[in-house]
Amino acid sequence: MTRAPVLTFTPEGIYCPAGDFYIDPWRRVDRALITHGHSDHARWGMGRYLATHEALPVMRHRLGDIVAEGIAYGEQRVIGGATVSFHPAGHVPGSAQIRVEVAGEVWVASGDYKVIDDGLSAPFEPVRCHHFITESTFGLPVFHWEPQETVAAQLNDWWRGCADAGKTAILGAYSLGKAQRLISMLDPAIGPVLCHAAVENTNTVMRAQGITLPDTILANKDVTAKTHPRAMVIAPPSALGSAWSKKFGPQESGFASGWMAMRGVRRRRAGDRGFIISDHADWAGLLWAIEQTEAENIYVTHGYTDIFTRYLNEQGWNAQVVPTQFEGENLDASDDSGEAA
Amino acid sequence: MKAFAELFTAIDQSTKTTIKINALADYFNAAEDIDKLWTIALFSGRRPKRAVTTTRLREWGAEVAGIPLWLFEECYPIVGDLAETIALVLPPNQTTDNRPLSQWINDLREVYKADDAAKKAFVLDAWARLGGTERFIFNKLITGGMRVGVSQKLMTRALARATDRDEAELAHRLMGNWHPDDTTWHALIEAQDASADASRPYPFYLAYALEGGPETLDDPADWRAEWKWDGIRGQLILRGGEHFVWSRGEELMTDRFPELARAVDFLPDGSVLDGELLVWQPGAAHPDSFNTLQPRIGRKSVPKKMLKDAPVVLHAYDLLEWEGEDIRHHPFKDRRAQLEAACAALPADAPVKLSPQLPFTTPSDLHAYRDTAREAFAEGLMLKRADSPYLAGRKKGDWWKWKLAPLTIDAVMIYAQSGSGRRANLFTDFTFAVRDGETLVPFTKAYSGLTDAEFRQITAWVRKNTLQRFGPVRQVTPHHVFEIAFEGIQASPRHKSGVALRFPRMLRWRQDKPLTEANTLDDLNEMLRVYG
Repeated sequence: MTRAPVLTFTPEGIYCPAGDFYIDPWRRVDRALITHGHSDHARWGMGRYLATHEALPVMRHRLGDIVAEGIAYGEQRVIGGATVSFHPAGHVPGSAQIRVEVAGEVWVASGDYKVIDDGLSAPFEPVRCHHFITESTFGLPVFHWEPQETVAAQLNDWWRGCADAGKTAILGAYSLGKAQRLISMLDPAIGPVLCHAAVENTNTVMRAQGITLPDTILANKDVTAKTHPRAMVIAPPSALGSAWSKKFGPQESGFASGWMAMRGVRRRRAGDRGFIISDHADWAGLLWAIEQTEAENIYVTHGYTDIFTRYLNEQGWNAQVVPTQFEGENLDASDDSGEAA
Repeated sequence: MKAFAELFTAIDQSTKTTIKINALADYFNAAEDIDKLWTIALFSGRRPKRAVTTTRLREWGAEVAGIPLWLFEECYPIVGDLAETIALVLPPNQTTDNRPLSQWINDLREVYKADDAAKKAFVLDAWARLGGTERFIFNKLITGGMRVGVSQKLMTRALARATDRDEAELAHRLMGNWHPDDTTWHALIEAQDASADASRPYPFYLAYALEGGPETLDDPADWRAEWKWDGIRGQLILRGGEHFVWSRGEELMTDRFPELARAVDFLPDGSVLDGELLVWQPGAAHPDSFNTLQPRIGRKSVPKKMLKDAPVVLHAYDLLEWEGEDIRHHPFKDRRAQLEAACAALPADAPVKLSPQLPFTTPSDLHAYRDTAREAFAEGLMLKRADSPYLAGRKKGDWWKWKLAPLTIDAVMIYAQSGSGRRANLFTDFTFAVRDGETLVPFTKAYSGLTDAEFRQITAWVRKNTLQRFGPVRQVTPHHVFEIAFEGIQASPRHKSGVALRFPRMLRWRQDKPLTEANTLDDLNEMLRVYG
């Protein structure tokens, strides 16, 4: 007798027949388990949501009035014939890998993850499983992340240089996760940290749930280069070079993303400076995470799926590509549109 | 290498001209002559002899990185640059070596004759000693082409500031055939006699596109009109009994166009002509299409048959040097009169001809010419102010090109592929089809013409509408119609549709047009009949 797989890949999303629920679905379904609040994973219109307590406030903030329940990291819950639990993915505050066990067979859907500790998110915890669903946004050996302190030093050097030259430093970053991580890396002795409303709203939500962030100032219409000299401005990428940014006077713009590792992309997108920092795992991080799961079967959902899968197969895993609508770190979209375009 | 790497980084990470010029000028003020010389050479496309083949370099790179070669080869097109790909896959480390740029180049020259084992030892040792940008630059020295965001113009300006010399004079000195192996900083930049090299060309004067039409120009009597030919721009130099032919890209093409050798029989020594290289059959009323010229450009030596089938003639439209004197500062009408006098006695079979001027009195005359440009095998008109000097580089005001509107066709996007380098994470390379009954016939690829915002939008759409993947290529739902512009069309048995387009690009994303309004194969064949 062949058993139905624990998780299957359907046009609606990743589905668990035993528990009749979906993980990060992209079409409307009754019951959705959500790995984290980015708009390509937490979409509007599901009947019920289940996510970590830490992920819920941002989801409510973004999705409005939803029927949602929280769960603690590591807490087990039985849904139909499946036992599920959420484990830290280290991607953004509240992000989780979702473990699903049915009759002793364990699957883990990891959503987006990174394996280094960013100081804000619960650090990635490998979960042993038989089947591991992984991203591969940066699944090429050209991607290697420097330690966070190194990038922090580069950021602060740039900011200090701008401030000393009488310029405002404006840094583009996703408003959920990346922005707060950058803020926590800044040296407040250099000057004030101003945040675009999209970023500051998320800061407020996170502070309210007990996450400690350095002081920031909402860059409303009264805040300019005159009122706040030596400032660092954190804004969604779409705000860079916009009419809104004009009020900060003489300025340099920077962009923080894993894509900045490639000179070509850096030159196209970075403005004045590109900082290589990502909330996704680099090549070594992906391989380490996969190894730690001890899984034999690997499903690669988004990123450099074909190349990464071929490499895994060559290294002895049983890997396959599963097309999804996850976006990974999409440098060209602002995650703040609600729809990850 | 550290100082050069810092310069490179400063230039590379800024988009602001002033920052780049400052960084260059600071470098030129501080560096040793030999390093300065190599810096100018590298930034103007000259490079050391390639000591190591790129095949070996890839193998060694993959080996040191501990990855299979196929994986390296997959990364390369995504990164878009071999030197950078190697620098990125190698295990990260810090630079512990302080050899200057010129020393590294010398050391590379030393291993040129060594065997593979010695070359490998040298390269691996360099990778172990160099980190970050320095390692990238080292790889660039081997693979060549240090293209950074520095135009010749910008570098010349910085050099002018650092050396306190005239910019136009420096631009001229930097033209032509020099190489750091056989000159010095002093000889190139500072020495009195800048014209020592007989082959040295003048910087080309380049026109901007005229957007508003000839009505936007002042008094028509102050202007001269010519066909804008669809060939390659060339500068013919006759000095010291020899002749030299330069392309606009500063490539010496003398050997590619042996028919021009006879120019020395008809024109006096000490002449420099600016014109267009065209394939023009004896006695023909117009030149052949660019397609006939194309194979000539790629050939370093030309077989007899090709010389006979595709004879090249220089159609001269300007005179830059006469009787050994640089006359670029003379008014265009005077240079032109001198050119006409010089060409008056040319026999019919001379490899140089005078490119005619088109008489006109009103802007509407110019419109009439432009409407017939395609029949004349020209791609539009050139409008030049009668009293304009011959300037260096692209300058606004005195010279304009007024090109024909391109041919266009509405086509359906059916395949998408991601770009490389700057556009590695976007879908930018598309295949387009025309309708043929119920089927779609692919006929061209295009990868330019959309804005970054449009590429982002179409990328998101491709991700959600992929029907099938063939490696990096995605077949997408036929849905979006694009207006494809192109400069020419010809029959091609190599293409499924039977046609090949010249310089196809996306003119507009026709989001207003449904699939059913895209053009058909019949439409395409009709264009081939009319314009092919």
